[in-house]
Amino acid sequence: MPHLSRVSFFTSRKHKPSSTKMATLTMSRPPVAGFSFENCRRNVFLEGEVNNLECSLPAARKTGTTICGVVFKDGVVLGADTRATEGMVVADKNCSKIHYISPNIYCCGAGTAADTEMTTQIISSNLELHSLSTGRLPRVATANRMLKQMLFRYQGYIGAALVLGGVDCNGPHLYSIYPHGSTDKLPYVTMGSGSLAAMAIFEDRYKPDLEEEEAKLLVRDAIAAGIFNDLGSGSNIDLTVITKGNVDYIRPHDEANKKGVRLIELEALQLTGDYKYKRGTTAVLSKCVTPLDLQVVEESIQTMDTS
Amino acid sequence: FVSEMLSAQGFGGPGKMKEYHYAGAVENRFSPYAFNGGTVLAVAGEDFAIVASDTRLSEGYSIHSRDSPKCYKLTDTTVIGCSGFHGDCLTLTKIIDARLKMYKHSNNKTMTSGAIAAMLSTILYSRRFFPYYVYNIIGGLDEEGKGAVYSFDPVGSYQRDTYKAGGSASAMLQPLLDNQIGFKNMEGVQHLPLTQEKAVQLVKDVFISAAERDVYTGDALRVCVITKDGINEQTIPLRKD
Repeated sequence: MPHLSRVSFFTSRKHKPSSTKMATLTMSRPPVAGFSFENCRRNVFLEGEVNNLECSLPAARKTGTTICGVVFKDGVVLGADTRATEGMVVADKNCSKIHYISPNIYCCGAGTAADTEMTTQIISSNLELHSLSTGRLPRVATANRMLKQMLFRYQGYIGAALVLGGVDCNGPHLYSIYPHGSTDKLPYVTMGSGSLAAMAIFEDRYKPDLEEEEAKLLVRDAIAAGIFNDLGSGSNIDLTVITKGNVDYIRPHDEANKKGVRLIELEALQLTGDYKYKRGTTAVLSKCVTPLDLQVVEESIQTMDTS
Repeated sequence: FVSEMLSAQGFGGPGKMKEYHYAGAVENRFSPYAFNGGTVLAVAGEDFAIVASDTRLSEGYSIHSRDSPKCYKLTDTTVIGCSGFHGDCLTLTKIIDARLKMYKHSNNKTMTSGAIAAMLSTILYSRRFFPYYVYNIIGGLDEEGKGAVYSFDPVGSYQRDTYKAGGSASAMLQPLLDNQIGFKNMEGVQHLPLTQEKAVQLVKDVFISAAERDVYTGDALRVCVITKDGINEQTIPLRKD
């Protein structure tokens, strides 16, 4: 039997060969007891220093957002808009708010963009190790428990409001998770600044045991309500449909808003003019050419968003 | 009323999370102002002037109205664009209308664009210590029939410009106008005079771009073109999200 070396992240521990006894829970470092606020004092001090210099720290980018989820007959449908705001300016017109947790579990995130991104990645990583350890497909309740324990540990300072959904051996499950660590297990949930608009649609049209197409339309309409009625949400609608053994990650499901295109019923007219600059329009003050002796190893093309 | 709404949401304002205080007194000061968003823009040409504004009225993260234009017709040759606090915009335009009538009855002639601008400056400064929270831009034709644009700050400082953007997306529009109309930061480009068609197209394009990035700008664009033949209004749809 091959040796499965389990390496924990503490390098102080000696490297041990695997034991064939019961599955040991060695993951990333185990949660530290008590609340650790060492960095909060440092942050306050730094902010004071910066304010003395008459500047201000960059504001954390929040996603504004409308996210929602619904449980239907065979699984769950998760939906999200794609606008990320920095204050009241749009920072990203097409960001992805539905994050991968495990092959059968996905999580939508609202609140501070960095917090939702990193939190879901950490739990995804831990859950993969856990799943290898148990030898089973992860359960949604496990992801929920890990997320809430981490968020509670940080007492709400991690601004991540999540909608967690997936299908496991016990069927489809949907949870909403708040930044302070409380969770709710419900058949339909909405989060974010557009949650009231989306919930209005759900409360009107949700019924138990929906079909897949009905559920997708309901989620699409709920996100659209958030996009058009909430200033913090906008652009396109992303959907993820999770059923037993299959995940449809539909991005974008609906391009609800196109730049400068007038949509009169089915007619789309290009309205914007063309703004191009001739070579040499920007004044060149000086030029210095340094030839580099390089060999082309790989060439790849990455498209730029010029919209 | 404004601060009650904000505290109910637990917000320190749109886009900010307030710190929770569970113990101790919480002071919620009443603020007489609100920010209703909106962007206005005016361009002066050789024999025309354009005043354009979006039509969205918002507050916090919500939309009050998708059809509330910010251009107000003052005379046959002058249009004013007002953005900022909608309550003050309405009162200010009423006051200007009243003063225009008074002038007409006393002097038996319509006020010129330059005169309206000077008058507005004094009206705004009279409220120096409780200002009208309004960003004004006047567009019109002067006595010689040439296009004129006058831009103001909330307490009455003004100057005559060729083009000016004001309101929530002003910082996004102004640099683009500086480049395309003022030919700033460009070398070897012909300084062609601005035609009316090109100016209208530019205004539409510039607002489409502003609607992409500013959450307060969108829904529709109202363009008023002022020429010696009168004022022509057009409405163009913008992003509704």
